[in-house]
Amino acid sequence: MSPVFRKLAILLGRGRFRGELDEEMAFHREQAEKELVMGGMSREEARLAAMRQFGNATRLRERSHEQVGFRIETVLQDLRFAMRQLRMNPGFAITAVSILALGIASSVAIFAFVDAALIKPLPYKDPSRLMELYEAIPIGPRFHLSYPDYLDWKRENRVFSSLDVYEDQGFMEKTPDGLRPADGARVSDGFFKTLGVTPVLGRDFQYGEDHPDKPRTTLLSYSAWERRYGGNPNVLGQVVTLDGAPYTIIGVLPRDFSFAPAEPADFWAIEMPTGGCEKNRGCHNLFGVARLKDGVTFAAAFADIKTIAQNLEKQYPVSNREQWANMEPLTDRIVGNIRLILLTLLCGAGLLLLIASVNVASLLLARSESRRREMAVRGALGASPKRLVRQFATEGLVLAAIGVAIGAGVAQASMRMLTALIPRDDLASMPYLQGLGLNGRVLAFSVVLALFAAALFAFAPMSRLRFAKISEGLSQGGRGSAGLAWRRFGANLVVIELATATVLLAGAGLLGKSFYRLLHADIGMEPDHIAIVDVAGLGEKYNKDEQTLAMARELVRQVSALPGVKSVGLTNKLPIEDGDVTSNFHVVGRPFHGEHYGVAWRSVSAGYWPALGTRLVSGRYFTDADDATRPKVVIINQAMARQYFPGEDPVGRQITMESTDKNPALIVGEIYDIQEGQLDAAPRGAMYYPFNQDPQSYFSVLVRTSQQEASLLSSLSTTIHSVDPGLAVYDPMTMDRKIHDAPHTYLHRSSAWLVGGFSVMALLLGVVGLYGVIAYSVSQRTREIGVRMALGAERGNVYRMVLGEAGRLVFVGVAAGIASAIPAALLMRSLLFGVRAWDVSTLLAVAVLLSACALLGSYLPAHRAASVSPAEALRTD
Amino acid sequence: MGKNQPDLLPGTLDMLILKTLTRAPLHGYGIAQSIKRLSDDVLTVEEGSLYPALQRLLLQGWVKAEWKMTDTRRRARYYTLTAAGRKQLGLELSQFEQVIGAIGRVLRDAEA
Repeated sequence: MSPVFRKLAILLGRGRFRGELDEEMAFHREQAEKELVMGGMSREEARLAAMRQFGNATRLRERSHEQVGFRIETVLQDLRFAMRQLRMNPGFAITAVSILALGIASSVAIFAFVDAALIKPLPYKDPSRLMELYEAIPIGPRFHLSYPDYLDWKRENRVFSSLDVYEDQGFMEKTPDGLRPADGARVSDGFFKTLGVTPVLGRDFQYGEDHPDKPRTTLLSYSAWERRYGGNPNVLGQVVTLDGAPYTIIGVLPRDFSFAPAEPADFWAIEMPTGGCEKNRGCHNLFGVARLKDGVTFAAAFADIKTIAQNLEKQYPVSNREQWANMEPLTDRIVGNIRLILLTLLCGAGLLLLIASVNVASLLLARSESRRREMAVRGALGASPKRLVRQFATEGLVLAAIGVAIGAGVAQASMRMLTALIPRDDLASMPYLQGLGLNGRVLAFSVVLALFAAALFAFAPMSRLRFAKISEGLSQGGRGSAGLAWRRFGANLVVIELATATVLLAGAGLLGKSFYRLLHADIGMEPDHIAIVDVAGLGEKYNKDEQTLAMARELVRQVSALPGVKSVGLTNKLPIEDGDVTSNFHVVGRPFHGEHYGVAWRSVSAGYWPALGTRLVSGRYFTDADDATRPKVVIINQAMARQYFPGEDPVGRQITMESTDKNPALIVGEIYDIQEGQLDAAPRGAMYYPFNQDPQSYFSVLVRTSQQEASLLSSLSTTIHSVDPGLAVYDPMTMDRKIHDAPHTYLHRSSAWLVGGFSVMALLLGVVGLYGVIAYSVSQRTREIGVRMALGAERGNVYRMVLGEAGRLVFVGVAAGIASAIPAALLMRSLLFGVRAWDVSTLLAVAVLLSACALLGSYLPAHRAASVSPAEALRTD
Repeated sequence: MGKNQPDLLPGTLDMLILKTLTRAPLHGYGIAQSIKRLSDDVLTVEEGSLYPALQRLLLQGWVKAEWKMTDTRRRARYYTLTAAGRKQLGLELSQFEQVIGAIGRVLRDAEA
């Protein structure tokens, strides 16, 4: 029989084992006693001597147990004891567990987002080798490539094993109910091979399938396959009509496939170089995706494509002037804009967890004070220091484990809530969030948190235990030096808590102020009471400008007749979007040396100005009368005037879009900048041509109404359909909603709210912590206060004394917090808008708020101290 | 438990117990007494070490225990050496002698 089995046998017959051991030891004592009596000692003396010689029976028994017992047995004992401790103190247990669960839940939930977005690899083969390619131009680093440039880059480069392109451009799908916009993207033939993605059903595009003679084909996204075709495998070979051409479905992409830059996309069709744009080196509509060859570094690849772009610039000085190459890892392209915000939030959650843990640790510490006697008694009864330490460790672990279990559950729920708060369109651009949840990595993270918390909880009381002498504990002398030491230690913890709370509050204040500034930034319009809908007139019917103009004119007439409508405007591109659609221009009469004057280009109707509520700097707006029969006119914005007409009045100057254009447009007005790009984008030059002189078949309708703008949306769509049932009418929206849901607004809002939430909890926990320390200090000093009062101290003096103690802690905590808040805010400065990291009013407000709350929290114990009756205080032990 | 008595060399208690049991089965008190007597009161086995050691030996299967009546008609647990225990004792003795011999040689050399 091996020792393990013997151990098991003993474990099963524990009672008998104990009984036998006791009997054996009792026998031993008796024998020793008998011998001493025979040696001449009295019976009583012998009994005591034998017992003394034998030593601590419990200790002895325990050591024998340790020989035969499994370690787990004592662990179970400790566990049972820990649970009993928690049950005996339900108040403490509930407080500690809920504080901890709160801290852990926020950390775990945010970490799950971090994991989904930043840690989990993208669903491609070897994603770190994938690069996103752009052309950089003077107005920005991330612009499209042209199709001929793509072909040259692909042929000339020596650094990529493959290079492909995609175009994030949806389709108009022909349905029984007329044309409907369909989400989609166009990709070059090798796109999915470059990503390393294989369809789950059907086949991938073949090389050469983008040849104009080949039949048009498309792949389906997995979700579109399920949604539109019920997951039917017979979908292969079916035909959809996109943009008026038949496309055969040849395959279905994997369920976990997503490509954020082009999402949402149901149809992934082949990019055919059939349009006019694909033949024109100056027409930019593609982004590149390339895979680095083995062994090629980022820098080497970047240098290579830069050279290619420079050569193209020499070769094609007109179309490729100042068209530089740019690239970044695909991962940065996909998660770049939320990386900082997620890391900021993770830091916030981490700080909150720190405060929560410190709070629970100080609760444990306070409790360990009241357990000094218990520990001393157990030590005297023979518990080894190791065993006591293990007891504390077990209690810490139990607390942390319960905290993590509850915290993970809360995290799961809050993750669902947080994703529900993300606007639908933004969610589509963050497809990696679909994998959000408590996966292995997140659980591992929770376990690490639990261990960290457990270590802190075990260490805090243990650190006090080590210096405590058993005799001191037994004699209930715990009031003296130990109480003082704890007060110092607890005070340090409170300073940490208050400093952390200050950092969080300052961060929340800055983010909140940024958000307010963002929403109240001057965007050059009055965004309230504007309803928006997109319209597309396609096919034979709208081939000619006159047809489009007639339709637009009728549309404006009918919509204007709707009740409450004040003005109706049309534009080819709405404000508060990506600010894309740009054009070159040339100033007539200014020598041209091929300068690249790139500004946003818009075609808007005369009703656009009153509908949006813009303001004029000088000159005039154009009217409906400015049509093709009249001289060309244009309105520019202030940014364009400042940049390209410094020190002169642009009104009255003439510009053309091409240097060769013989028919220039006269600048008739200058307006205050409308925010064309995202809310936090810097103002950029823009020029506005009359819709009547430059009609567009895709346009947005803006309606200013005196009524509730949202209630107008359905009648707006109906009315437009009544103009022509064949028009595609989509994406009804209000301007307020558009601003509210814009990705940058969303990011600013969510970060402000989340950090705000964290900081409110941090403030609460910090103040509670301070209250705890001061209350403990007062309870320890009751006698001292009594003496002071007996000797003539006024109540006011007592208040001053207690509040002074609290004030010192608050001062140190807040000062340290402010000092760390500034570098912390500098780290997240790209999230700030219109606010500096050291914004004095925010920091001041935070300091005042925190101090006020903290002093309020310490007023209660101060009041109790001042109400002490000297006679009673002196009577306490 | 007098402090003037030398401590047992570490690791020798098991060996002493096994050796004591080669003569006859003994109970715990008997083992302690026997070691004390045979060493002319130089070695005292503390109870705190004895019983854990006995449990250890039992677990390894080097001794076995049974309850018997003493001459004074008291029930006591008697420990008997097993065959495995005898083998273990031989092993420990030879190791011990090697060590003692080595120590002796070093000391003699140092004196010379």
